This record gives sequence, C-alpha cells and structure tokens, in this order.
Amino acid sequence: MSFMPKPKVANPGLPVNALGLNRRDYEGGMSTLCAGCGHDSVTAAIVQACYELALPPQSVAKFSGIGCSSKTTAYFVAGAHGFNAVHGRMPSIAAGAHAANRHLHCIGVSGDGDSLSIGLGQFAHAIRRNPDMLYLIENNGVYGLTKGQFSASADVGSRSRKGDVNEQRPIDPVLLALALGAPFVARSFSGDKEQLVPLIKAGLACGGFALIDVLSPCVTFNDHEGSTKSYAYVREHREAPVAVDYVAPRREIEVRYAPGEVLPVTLHDGSNVLLRKLDPDYDPTDRARAAAFVQERALANEYVTGLIYMEPERRDFHTRHRTAEEALNALPFERLCPGAGRLAEIQRGFR
Amino acid sequence: MLPTDTQDPDHYHRVVDCQWACPAHTDVPEYIRLIALGRYGDAYLVNRQTNVFPGILGRVCDRPCEPACRRTRVEARPVAICRLKRVAADLREDITARLPRAPARGNGKRVACIGAGPASLTVANDLVPLGYSVVIFEQHAQAGGLMRTNIPSFRLPAAVLDEEIGYITAMGAELRLGTPITSLAALLEPGDFDAVFVGSGAPRGKELRLPGRDDSDRIHIGIAWLESVAFGHVTSIGERVLIIGVGNTAMDCCRSSLRLGAKSVRVMARKPRGFFKASEWELEDAEEESVEIVVNHAPKAFVIRDGRLQGMRFDRLEYEMDGERITAQRIVEEVFVPCDDVILAIGQENAFPWIERDLGIEFDAQDLPRVDPVTLASTRRGVFFGGDAAFGPKNIIHAVAQGHEAALSIDLHCRGESLTERPPRGVTLQSRRIGMHDWSYRNDYDARERRLVPHVSLRERFARLDVEVELGFDAARAAEEVRRCLNCDIQTVFDAPLCIECDACIDICPTDCLTITADGEPAEVLARLRAPRQHPEQPLYISAALRQSGRIMVKDEDLCVHCGLCAERCPTNAWDMQKSWVHIPQAGDEARCQSEPQRRRA
Ligand SMILES: Cc1cc2nc3c(=O)[nH]c(=O)nc-3n(C[C@H](O)[C@H](O)[C@H](O)COP(=O)(O)OP(=O)(O)OC[C@H]3O[C@@H](n4cnc5c(N)ncnc54)[C@H](O)[C@@H]3O)c2cc1C
Ligand SMILES: Cc1ncc(C[n+]2csc(CCOP(=O)(O)OP(=O)(O)O)c2C)c(N)n1
Ligand code: SF4
Ligand code: SF4
Ligand code: SF4
Ligand SMILES: [Mg+2]
Repeated sequence: MSFMPKPKVANPGLPVNALGLNRRDYEGGMSTLCAGCGHDSVTAAIVQACYELALPPQSVAKFSGIGCSSKTTAYFVAGAHGFNAVHGRMPSIAAGAHAANRHLHCIGVSGDGDSLSIGLGQFAHAIRRNPDMLYLIENNGVYGLTKGQFSASADVGSRSRKGDVNEQRPIDPVLLALALGAPFVARSFSGDKEQLVPLIKAGLACGGFALIDVLSPCVTFNDHEGSTKSYAYVREHREAPVAVDYVAPRREIEVRYAPGEVLPVTLHDGSNVLLRKLDPDYDPTDRARAAAFVQERALANEYVTGLIYMEPERRDFHTRHRTAEEALNALPFERLCPGAGRLAEIQRGFR
Repeated sequence: MLPTDTQDPDHYHRVVDCQWACPAHTDVPEYIRLIALGRYGDAYLVNRQTNVFPGILGRVCDRPCEPACRRTRVEARPVAICRLKRVAADLREDITARLPRAPARGNGKRVACIGAGPASLTVANDLVPLGYSVVIFEQHAQAGGLMRTNIPSFRLPAAVLDEEIGYITAMGAELRLGTPITSLAALLEPGDFDAVFVGSGAPRGKELRLPGRDDSDRIHIGIAWLESVAFGHVTSIGERVLIIGVGNTAMDCCRSSLRLGAKSVRVMARKPRGFFKASEWELEDAEEESVEIVVNHAPKAFVIRDGRLQGMRFDRLEYEMDGERITAQRIVEEVFVPCDDVILAIGQENAFPWIERDLGIEFDAQDLPRVDPVTLASTRRGVFFGGDAAFGPKNIIHAVAQGHEAALSIDLHCRGESLTERPPRGVTLQSRRIGMHDWSYRNDYDARERRLVPHVSLRERFARLDVEVELGFDAARAAEEVRRCLNCDIQTVFDAPLCIECDACIDICPTDCLTITADGEPAEVLARLRAPRQHPEQPLYISAALRQSGRIMVKDEDLCVHCGLCAERCPTNAWDMQKSWVHIPQAGDEARCQSEPQRRRA
C-alpha cells in the first residue's frame, strides 16, 4: 500500500463520457492493498468499464463481504451506494437491494474464500435467484487477508509460499455457475484489461446474474514458483475460445466480421454483445458443452478464459416475481403499505 | 521499438524541463528543495555553480526555464523559478568562506578578458581558482557591463551587482577599470597573455534614419540614454516622452523616464500585441505604472519647429491576419503625436572598431566575428569570444553559459589540448528511496496556484530612481511556492527484468504516463498509449522486452508529476525514483572527473 493518495491532478487530455465525466471521476478511495495485488487491477478495470458505460455514479450499488477482495468496493466509484456485508453474506444483501430497486447497477465483489468457503451456500442461491447483478470473484487461491491459507479454489498440487502442497480438489466457480444455471459465465485475468473490461461491461448489461471469475494473483502469499495462481503461471496457462466486444445501444456495429466468426447478442437495453469466436468449434450458447470444455482443459492445466457461456433469453428475478417497476423508495406510501385492512384480508385467505 | 538508451546523458536531462531549457543548466529542482529545507546558503551555491550570479539572475534573468516548466503542462502557470532564485540569494547566510579561491601558487598562465560584463566575469570565475591570472579590461569606471549601465537600478540594485562581482574579484581576478582596449593588436603584440577572451558585448544602439533625426538633441538612443542615466549624467527628461520599439530596452526606457519626471509616456509599437519582443512580465510591470502602449503605429518623421522637437508623425496601420501571421498591411491615416523627448529602442548591434582586421580573426558579411558555437574560438588561436560579442545581443544567462564554455576552451588551449575533445557530459543517478513508503523528497502533488511577488506601492516607487520595485518572496511565501515544484529531477528509473506485469503502476499513475503494450512499429505502439501524446517533443522511455509476456513498458515523460506512486505501488521495485545529477563539464573538470561508467551510474 502507499501512504499517499493518488493526487487529483489528471492528464488534461483525458476524454469525457456522455455524462461529461472522465475516468478519474469513477475512482474511489486510496487502496490499502499490497502493492502489486491483482485486485487493484480489477478495480481499475471496473473504473474503466463504468466510465465507458457512462453510468451515473449514484445508479451504481457496490456489495462485498470480507477479504482483501471485498475491501476493493471502497476503491471505485466513490459516488455509488455500497454495503460491506459480513463474511460470505454479500449475495443475500445484494439480492435484497436488487429486489428493492431494479434500476440499480449492482456490482458484487467477492473473493474465493468469501464465495467458495464460508459463502458457498449464499453464492449458489444467488445464482438460482438470478438477480440482475455483476458478480466478480477475485480469485487468488488463498485467503489473502488472513495471511495466505489455501482457499477452496486452490488447485491440487499447488504449493503454498512455505512449500505445503494442497491436496484437496478445488471448487471451480465457473463450473458451479454453469451447473446452477447462471445466464452469463466468464473467466478472466487481472493482468488482461483488454479482455476484462469488455466482459465487465457485457456482464453489467446482460440483465441477469453475470459471474466473472477473475484470476487475480495475491502478490504477497501466492505469486511464487509452484503456485498455479501466480502472474507467471496464469499468463502461461490460459486460453480463450471466445472474445467479447461490447457495443452500446444506438451505436453502429462498425467492425465487419467474416460470417460465422461473430455472434451478435442483443440485450434488453438494445446494446449488443459481439461474441467473437477464437476457436471455431466452440459454441458459447451450449451450456453442457461449455462445462465439458472447461473441465477438459482443466485436466490439461489450462484455464479457459473469456466469455464461456451466455444465454440470450432468461427470465430474471423481477419478471418471475411480477414486482413493481418502481423502486420501493419511489412507491407512494399507500401502495407500499396497503394497510391493516388489506393485511387482514390476506391472512384470512390463508385460514 | 528500440529500447531507450538511458546512458545517453541527455535522456534524463531532458526530463528536467527547466534545467534543459536553462542555457547554463542550473539544477533548479535541487535548489528549490534546499529552499524548502531552509538551506538558503546551499541553494545559493547550487545556483552559483552554474549561473554564477544568483542574486542578479533571481531579479532580472530572462528565465527561459519558466515557459518550459512542466507545471505549465499539467496546470497553467510555471513555478516561480526565477523569484525562488532570488529567495536563495536574499535569505542566504554568509557563504563567502565557501567560495572558490585562487590557489596559493598560480599555474603561470595569463588570460586577458575584454569587457567586465557577465561573460568575462564568468571566464574569470572559472579560471582564477585553477591558478590562472586573469586580467579584466573595462572601459567604464564600474564593472558589470550592461547589467550595470543599462538594467535600471529599480530592477537590479547596485548593491547586488557589487556583491556578486565582488566575489569574483575577491578570488583574485584583476579588474582594470577605465581601461578601454583601443587596439587588439596592441594587446596581443607583447605576448603577455596566453589567451584573450572578448566579452565586449553588443554596444551600439540601432539608429532610426527619418527626416529631422539630426535636428534636435531631444532624440536619444535607448541604450546610450540608459547608460547616461545609470552614471548620473542624465537626471531629467521632458513631460511627454515617446519610446520607439517595444522590446525589453523600451520597457526600461519608459519606466526610467517616469522616474526622471515624465508625466506621460507612450511606447509606440509598429505591430499588434502578439508581436512584442518584450517579455510578458516586463510589459505587465510597465503597464502597472500607467505606461501607454500604442499599437500599429509606424514612425514616419520627427517634427521639429524652430529647432525644437514638437512630436512625431506616424502612419497608423491596419493588419490582415491569418491566425498569428500577418498577411497584409495598409495605412489608414497619418497621425501626429506631440512630445518633448523621443527614445529609440529598436535594437543593438555589435561593433568592433578596435579589432584590426589583419590579425587572423575573420569577420562575416554582417561584420560579426566567425566564432565556433561550441568552443567559442575565433579563427585566431588563443582568441575567444563570448556573450553578446559573439553572436549578437541575447541575455545574461546566455553570456554566463558561454563564459563557462569559453573558460573550458581556454583551459584546454593553455594546456595544449584539443578544443574539440571536450570532457563528456554525464548523468549520475541516486535512489531516493529511504523506506517502504518513504522517499527523501516530498512527493505529494500540491495543487496551489503560483504565488505573487509583492511590489512596492505605486506612490513610493517613484521617490528615487533606485527604489527596487519587486520585494521578493519572504520565507513564508517562498515555502508555499516551493511546494509547487514537481521534482522533475527525481527520475522514474525502470529495471525491465524485475517487472512482473501486475499493472499496478499503470493503474496508479494519476496522469496516465505509463503503458504496457505489445512491441511493434513506433506508429502502432504510440497509437496504443493509455493517453494520447500531447507534446511529441517531450521524451519517451521505451523498455526492453518484459520477461513474462515480451511486451514493452512505455513512458511518456510529458505529464509525469514525479509523485513516485508507480515506484511505491511496484511490488518488485522495477520502478525506482532516482535523483539525476546532470554533469556539464566546466574548466578543470577532467582533473577531478571520475571514470565514465562510474560517473553515469550511481
Ligand atoms: C536595456 C537593457 C535591458 C536588459 N535587460 C536584461 C534583463 O533584464 N535580463 C537579461 O538577462 N538581460 C538583459 N539585457 C541583456 C544583457 O544585459 C546582456 O545580454 C548581457 O549583459 C551581455 O553580457 P556580455 O558580458 O556579453 O556583455 P556586456 O554586458 O555588454 O558587457 C560588455 C562590457 O564590455 C565593455 N567593453 C566593450 N568594449 C570594450 C573595450 N574595447 N574595452 C574595454 N571594455 C569594453 C563594456 O563597457 C561592457 O562593460 C538587457 C539589455 C539591455 C540593453
Ligand atoms: C465469520 C468470519 N470467519 C472468518 C473470518 C476470517 N477471514 C477474514 S477474510 C477471510 C478469507 C478471505 O479470503 P478471500 O475471500 O479469498 O479474500 P482475499 O483476501 O483472498 O481477497 C477469512 C477467513 C471472518 N472475517 N469472518
Ligand atoms: S494479501 Fe494478497 S490479496 Fe491481500 S492485498 Fe495483499 S496481495 Fe492482495
Ligand atoms: S511518478 Fe510514476 S505514477 Fe507518478 S506521474 Fe510519474 S509515472 Fe505516473
Ligand atoms: S508495478 Fe512494477 S511489477 Fe507491476 S507492472 Fe508496474 S513495473 Fe511491473
Ligand atoms: Mg482469496
């Protein structure tokens, strides 16, 4: 960490978005993470994506649990709403907030410990509920905040800094999300913003639960030789069958692609996600084959990154529950609280 | 792209914009930090090492460093570099014991300097401590050149001149005042001197040949008039004064006139404002004193009646402009402007009536001596030129810079060495890290705006000719202004093999200077920079291929605020903040010089 906040001075040539804000306007407080932590790069990618999407800062709601990764919600979009939940309980808080106000852009940031150990149940049920939220797991294979114990995502054979070898099988959040029906599943790397930023934008726009498992090295406890989540290892062992380009609503799709090479998916807000196939045999809309592919490649010690699965049509939480369009805080009191008479009526219906 | 050769002494030097722009390459950020620490004497000596006259230059330097200041690119106004120099001079403790002296035994070599302006004084300053006996011949009764005779005392007090010139005479330079050299042949003939330095300046004011020019004694030539004022030969002037020309001499003439009794002073300019030669601050100072600057008036004739100057006739002009260029001009009308005196301030020329043309010293078509711009040697062995005498009128800091180079040449010449094999420039780097998050410099960016220098009130300043108008910063104001310096000499130094490409530096850099990207043709690489280049003349740093991905680190030096956050956020110390010491050789340096590689790398 540094003791000096990033100075307010900015490059005078910085462009502004449709709201007249520049990228620096989407920054948050000073990071207290270790210098070189992958999580800080993910923060920078979120800043970049929110700036590019021209999200009004007050339309963003940030959620997290406990962990170094979970601390990062303080470091982006200072003007957003935020809730820092207890360990592993972020998914239910986020789902609740989304239930109360469907117009918020919900961003959950969690860690492999927070989501795959203590919070695994919450994580699984959030996927089932399918709230419209972007769920980022900053996956480093360790509990960084508590000094580097193996987490549930540590690979078999991966070594700790002191030399211990992990023997338990890992939980892969990507496979879990595929199995539980998440409509948007991706994996990326903190050291590759060219891949990560468009994924974040597409995930925010996709309209349902979007999981991005971001391999985000813990530079202090898990960046050594023998680790399978170090910068060097991840850089060497990743492949991407599909790349994503995000095209905002009312923007022409400018690039011309060879037929069959690109699959445009139009989202509910009119934006387009262009799925660019890098592997011609891969079909990002086939859930079962996607899962098989990820598993196959894992056996060959390769991380599949990029967009792994995307379902164009899926009923989200609010459609399913036929909830009000307005946020609860915008409903007139009479509609929000129909009164004791109506309550008695409902109760009578159950007798 | 080809990795940057950081061993090239110019690479890091260019990053220090002010130091690069200063003809003498004064280590500006270093002295500013010393002022911040209250070490005024040390700050003074850092200045003196390169610019010799910190007290003088802290008041009247042309300050090419300020428009170059990085602060003008990230914010609007430069650091008050020049005024801080004055702070070092004003607030310094007694440093006389720390000044160089002539050694107990001389080296037996004798050098003559013609003229006691800043150029000659610098030559003496550099050579006397090496054991040379230096004799300075000056026609006037006082030393200082135009600094004494032309720069008015309300800008540059005589006491400041006396003190800083006194340092050089106290070293052992011999000053022969009231001794004009009327024949160079006569000086060279007896062979008394091993080398001669001509620092006689550009003494002749330009004429304006118009009808009526010779019919009145109330038409003056600016630099001669200022000299008469400086020596007390002229003590008054008429109520209405016209100044012709709008350069710095004109500014001194108009402000001097006000102090000698003029009530209305007009500076008549031929062209519109953007074309004025005077520095912005000199114009401001003159206008503050209610000098009227009249644009677009071309002088046509002096109007003399009954032997008395009545005024001048001008053509009033109109210009057609294309952006900042004049494309056409036309005369609108003729106007008469009444006045009692006219001062011509339209430029200076060199003149060498005392140099015989058969001495082997070649002159060009403009009657300027042929002088080598690097060695400052003339075409006759052992005769050197510097300052305004060499290349026409410039300013004090150029004269000083050339004085240093000439002294170096004279030393080489006297030791029988080649003038062109000059000791190389170099840069030494030294880390400024003193702890995990601690640096031995203050790296936080201070957003405050430039502090203003207080002036003596408009009522008091005209009381006498020599009331210094600017008061200078006091310690408190100086302490605020120094915080604006961006420490450009604390360099970001990159060690490519250490980088693990975590992006921490890229993400933290407040001004988006850094990019990690695939290598390629320069045009493609530059198109991928995180922020488009705004000043392509500013240096780029290109690293060798990075270990993990083979990509390269690119740094656009343009807007780096030297906050050190890249180095602080780097987990592997691939970035470090290192002070650069730019070494510009001076006379006698080779003797002290370490071996080349040692000097370049800390
Ligand atoms: C009105 C005016 C204002 C200026 N203001 C500034 C300013 O604010 N800042 C700035 O940086 N520069 C300023 N300058 C320019 C600056 O003063 C000169 O560029 C500088 O002094 C040149 O130094 P020099 O050593 O080459 O020569 P000079 O300063 O001209 O010194 C030459 C000396 O040689 C003597 N000399 C000449 N011939 C002989 C001879 N044959 N024998 C003996 N002695 C001789 C002269 O008397 C003189 O003393 C100003 C110039 C003028 C005219
Ligand atoms: C209920 C509870 N149990 C245990 C802890 C201790 N604890 C704090 S952070 C953490 C793990 C964080 O790991 P992860 O989510 O991977 O975050 P990282 O620091 O690696 O980014 C644990 C176990 C806690 N804070 N609260
Ligand atoms: S301990 Fe690891 S995860 Fe936590 S801040 Fe440091 S590098 Fe990042
Ligand atoms: S010192 Fe480093 S972080 Fe700071 S502005 Fe310069 S390059 Fe950027
Ligand atoms: S912070 Fe250091 S290790 Fe990380 S990318 Fe920058 S230079 Fe490389
Ligand atoms: Mg973790």
